[in-house]
Amino acid sequence: MKLEHLGRKALALAVLLALPGLATAQEMVNAEAYREALQDKFANPGTMVADRGEILFKAPRGPKNISLEKCDFGLGPGKLEGAYAQLPRYFKDSKKVEDLESRLVTCMTKLQGFSEADVLKKVFGDHTRNESNTDIEAIAMYVAAQSDGIAINPPLKHAKEKEALKVGEALFFTRHGPMDFSCKTCHAEDGKRIRLQELGNYASNKQNAQATMKTWPTYRVSHGMVRTLQSRMWDCNWQMRLPDLAYGSPGSVALISFLSHQAKGAALDLPGMKR
Amino acid sequence: MKFKYPLLLAAVTLAANGAAFADKPVVNTKLKAEIDKIIALSFPAGENQDLSRLKQDDTIQACNQYRDNVPEKMAAAIIERETKNIKYPADGKLMGDWKIGQKYYTMGFAYRIGTVEPDKADKDRGGNCYACHAADPKEVAYGTIGPGLTGYGKLRGASDDIVKYTYDKIYNAQAFTACSQMPRLGHNGILTPEKIAHITAFLVSPDSPVNK
Repeated sequence: MKLEHLGRKALALAVLLALPGLATAQEMVNAEAYREALQDKFANPGTMVADRGEILFKAPRGPKNISLEKCDFGLGPGKLEGAYAQLPRYFKDSKKVEDLESRLVTCMTKLQGFSEADVLKKVFGDHTRNESNTDIEAIAMYVAAQSDGIAINPPLKHAKEKEALKVGEALFFTRHGPMDFSCKTCHAEDGKRIRLQELGNYASNKQNAQATMKTWPTYRVSHGMVRTLQSRMWDCNWQMRLPDLAYGSPGSVALISFLSHQAKGAALDLPGMKR
Repeated sequence: MKFKYPLLLAAVTLAANGAAFADKPVVNTKLKAEIDKIIALSFPAGENQDLSRLKQDDTIQACNQYRDNVPEKMAAAIIERETKNIKYPADGKLMGDWKIGQKYYTMGFAYRIGTVEPDKADKDRGGNCYACHAADPKEVAYGTIGPGLTGYGKLRGASDDIVKYTYDKIYNAQAFTACSQMPRLGHNGILTPEKIAHITAFLVSPDSPVNK
């Protein structure tokens, strides 16, 4: 009983002591120190997810018992270095513009023989249940990391690539859902914040778009796992109170096309690490 | 050729000032059809997917067509239509309890659907107002997407007109500004009229921390 009482007192004291910490200037300094600490690649757990992705990538898997080493990400089968930096792009075999993750779906179904339903059954690990990253998340992290240091440079030659960019830009500004939101609501002005989170201006600030896009996929400390661009696109739409944006859907790829073109020229810095 | 650049400059200046109304849609019929098709393909039907949420009403369609910068006549039509949409609490009281309003000003994580991470359907909904607008000086985690509202009632007083304006603005921001970035919280069913009256009190009441 006495201990419990002491515990309460200690808690009250701790709360009192914590109050002066609410000073905002102090918080900003701390936030920057925190961000700086996240730059340490050797301390980035995303590298371990990429390592797991490499094992999965090279292992014979699926009904056809074949590895993903024959998968063409745009620079030729098995050529991974710099491939992610040039996505999304048009692929002749699927006749679609694909980002990294929709390309993985194509290869896992066409090459390895998985059914699409199986691949799409669970694409994101659930951080609220303390799960690990899914296989497709780990593979995406691995493939993306092979473009570390290479400038984002998605092609814009094929008519469908041009269309994806145009539609992606239009989608960015399309308001819908019960909140009347579009991406623009949060991401079209400099220096804005939602709650305490700084927001990037991806509509007209190239530096903002570059700083964000060069660090995806990223290890999200608050989720305790790697997050990919497909997850980020889904997340924004979910927060906008919309239905689930389907993994690898043409809308998600178009948005990623738009954002990738906005960020063109930035050297990828992978795996990223964010709060 | 000679006139090309001065004209372009003039256009840029007007747009930057925000004074000019658009006269040509940014999204033409062809592009709209393309976007609609992509949206339909990207949000498939299924368990807990409420596709009716994707439906754009006349106002949002107009805003999308002109990327929120609608022509003057259309802006007037939006304001007229959205004003008519406003509904009031059954007891007619637009000034509720600021303490309850404080709760709903901050609360916001509900109403998310889908299968990945849905909220419980009956989870009590707040306005999540602080995510965009500062108000209570003790709240440090406020966002800055909308204007700060600290001292809102202190500045404006608590007259019937101010109370009604505040209620109406929260219920339907587009009754005042066509294509306002603020959600139409009452009209879209995020908040009930009673909750809006409580939030109104939180902003207007002299006893509320917003005005201390």
